[in-house]
Amino acid sequence: MTKAITMPKWGLSMKEGLVGDWLVAEGAEVGAGTEVVLVETEKIAGGVEAAEAGTLRRAVAATGDTLPVGALLGVLAGADTPDAEVDAFVSEFQANFVPEETDAEEGGDQTETIQVGEFSVNYLRQGSGAKTAVLLHGFGGDLNNWLFNQAALAEHRTVIALDLPGHGLTTKKVANGNLLCMVHVLQNLMDRLGVAGADWVGHSMGGAIALQLALTRPDLVRSLTLLASAGLGPEINTDYLQGFAASRNRRELRPHVRQLFADPSLVTRQLVADLLKYKRLDGVQECLEALAYQLSDAAGQADAVRPVVDSGAIPTLVIWGADDRIIPAAQARALPKQDNVHILDNTGHMVQMERAPDVNRLITTFWNSQP
Amino acid sequence: MAQQTIRQAINQAFHQEMERDSTVILMGEDIIGGTGSPGEEEAWGGAMGIYKGLYRVYGDRLLDTPLSEAAFVGAAIGAATCGMRPVAELMFIDFLGVCFDQIFNQAAKFRYMFGGKAQTPVVIRTMYGAGLSAAAQHSQTLTSMFTHVPGIKVVCPSNPYDAKGLMIEAIRDNDPVIYCEHKKIYDTTGDVPEEMYSIPFGEADIRRDGDDVTIATYGMMVHRALEAADQLAADGIECEVVDLRTLSPLDTDTILESVENTGHLVVVDEAPPRCSVAADVAAQVARDGFRDLKAPVGMVTAPHTPVPFSPELEKHFVPSADKIAACVRDTLDD
Repeated sequence: MTKAITMPKWGLSMKEGLVGDWLVAEGAEVGAGTEVVLVETEKIAGGVEAAEAGTLRRAVAATGDTLPVGALLGVLAGADTPDAEVDAFVSEFQANFVPEETDAEEGGDQTETIQVGEFSVNYLRQGSGAKTAVLLHGFGGDLNNWLFNQAALAEHRTVIALDLPGHGLTTKKVANGNLLCMVHVLQNLMDRLGVAGADWVGHSMGGAIALQLALTRPDLVRSLTLLASAGLGPEINTDYLQGFAASRNRRELRPHVRQLFADPSLVTRQLVADLLKYKRLDGVQECLEALAYQLSDAAGQADAVRPVVDSGAIPTLVIWGADDRIIPAAQARALPKQDNVHILDNTGHMVQMERAPDVNRLITTFWNSQP
Repeated sequence: MAQQTIRQAINQAFHQEMERDSTVILMGEDIIGGTGSPGEEEAWGGAMGIYKGLYRVYGDRLLDTPLSEAAFVGAAIGAATCGMRPVAELMFIDFLGVCFDQIFNQAAKFRYMFGGKAQTPVVIRTMYGAGLSAAAQHSQTLTSMFTHVPGIKVVCPSNPYDAKGLMIEAIRDNDPVIYCEHKKIYDTTGDVPEEMYSIPFGEADIRRDGDDVTIATYGMMVHRALEAADQLAADGIECEVVDLRTLSPLDTDTILESVENTGHLVVVDEAPPRCSVAADVAAQVARDGFRDLKAPVGMVTAPHTPVPFSPELEKHFVPSADKIAACVRDTLDD
């Protein structure tokens, strides 16, 4: 087993990344999913994981290098693989490596749009499994919230990440913003895509939407993965919801966005700038205000949708960041069944971004445990 | 997201806003026909082709005017007070002199003098800047003339994304807006959303992060500043480039915040140095950010002369990336 660790592609627009510090020394044993090296893009910073267990035999990329997606970062092999073999692997990789076409039109994953009633829904489909999973982002997010997760999950399912109504590149309408409006669009979308049942992964507001879907159309829901989910308890940070919706510029928005992460340094200028670009689109302000109004009634939403979890009728995985400042992790601790509840330390609300390897592994294990 | 030029981005803003709001009308010299145009159906769409394709869709909502800025700028302002949202094109900012009364003493004053009961939602698009050897009467950067007058908003985009969002904001704004376009950057490309969006006035954009020096500038000079920042980065000097985007209102908070971090400021302006936007920014930072400054503010501007016609002289007249980089080094050595 000799395996390349390569520059990941986090999000459709990523073409290259800046190599940060190595977290593992050459010669060290690593487990599958261990973060071995940090990579920074103009939008986000994160750790690159080892795809399988092995020994880090070569750290090829140097800290400070800017390398294209797919470039060789390091080599993972057995401790007993001869040096010559590892070196030959590196030489061969480098000799054959061709950076991906920088033109996004050429190959690579593309988002697609599909008309569902009055909504043009933007989504990204990855993977080719017989089973389908759908990823639902939270309030003010978009399908890029899954940039550290979708490719990893797509090894086990056909994974559809979509921009919910009012978000991303989907039509900027949410009617009065309640969960039923969202569910209505989702069930029509599933019909249009020909998906009979799916494993649903919802973050924050997306979790509440998945719960509502399980009430309205249980036939569409094979399992639920709820990440820092709304709809499970009476508390939500209404200052955040209203502040995010009302912020008109960088200075106003930044402090709100920093509340999303346990490590606020993850909030880069580009991340805030991209959020502002979204917020400035016609119609977004009204959508966010309507959604914030509905989400602020956390107790009412929980009364409506939490019975799905309490009943235990649908297999459910719950993951939370211990330091979540938007929806407290106490709501996860208060759930009647704790066997599938995981609370991750030093992690904020954006649990799937801050702890991507752990979250991906928990979800995969959960899926694999299902019949 | 689609790549567009500044020209295409502004054109798209007009297509979308004219469709959305039937009170938006366009006025100006040659905006339908244009010198050398083979005819109305394939018109040039103004001296720089900004309006191409609009006449076919919106017909008589585009008005080709006589060569009289005093008349049609005044007419646009009058129409704005009567419920229309006119966009007048002052082909070159240099022609400001012949219609300045209408702008600075009429449009700028209505809201104030009528106790808030009048509004004047007019946009005046205009081209500025040197670099085409168009000589002293067609090459000036007179942005500070408008910025000086209370009651007018002044916009100066540097890239296609900002160009579209600021134009939509300008059209929807209820006050007179002067929208200044540098003639050399119409073909600059960048990502522009297909959807409509507006960028609020008074928010500068940080185009590059850096901890060593703040460079504050606008319009085409943003590109020169970014070039200079690239050069300097090779020597380990990291510049924060602040794109002012709107000169009035001016986002002094962003400049001051940046200077608080870097301790050094270089202002860059294609206008001559006296009473310019550069001089204004330098003065404001000297007043409100004095304790953060570790060295005097550096200024890179055109010289205090008319813009020369000779291409060689003109090249020396317009601030270059080299001059900006040299000023940054001087500021750091001070």
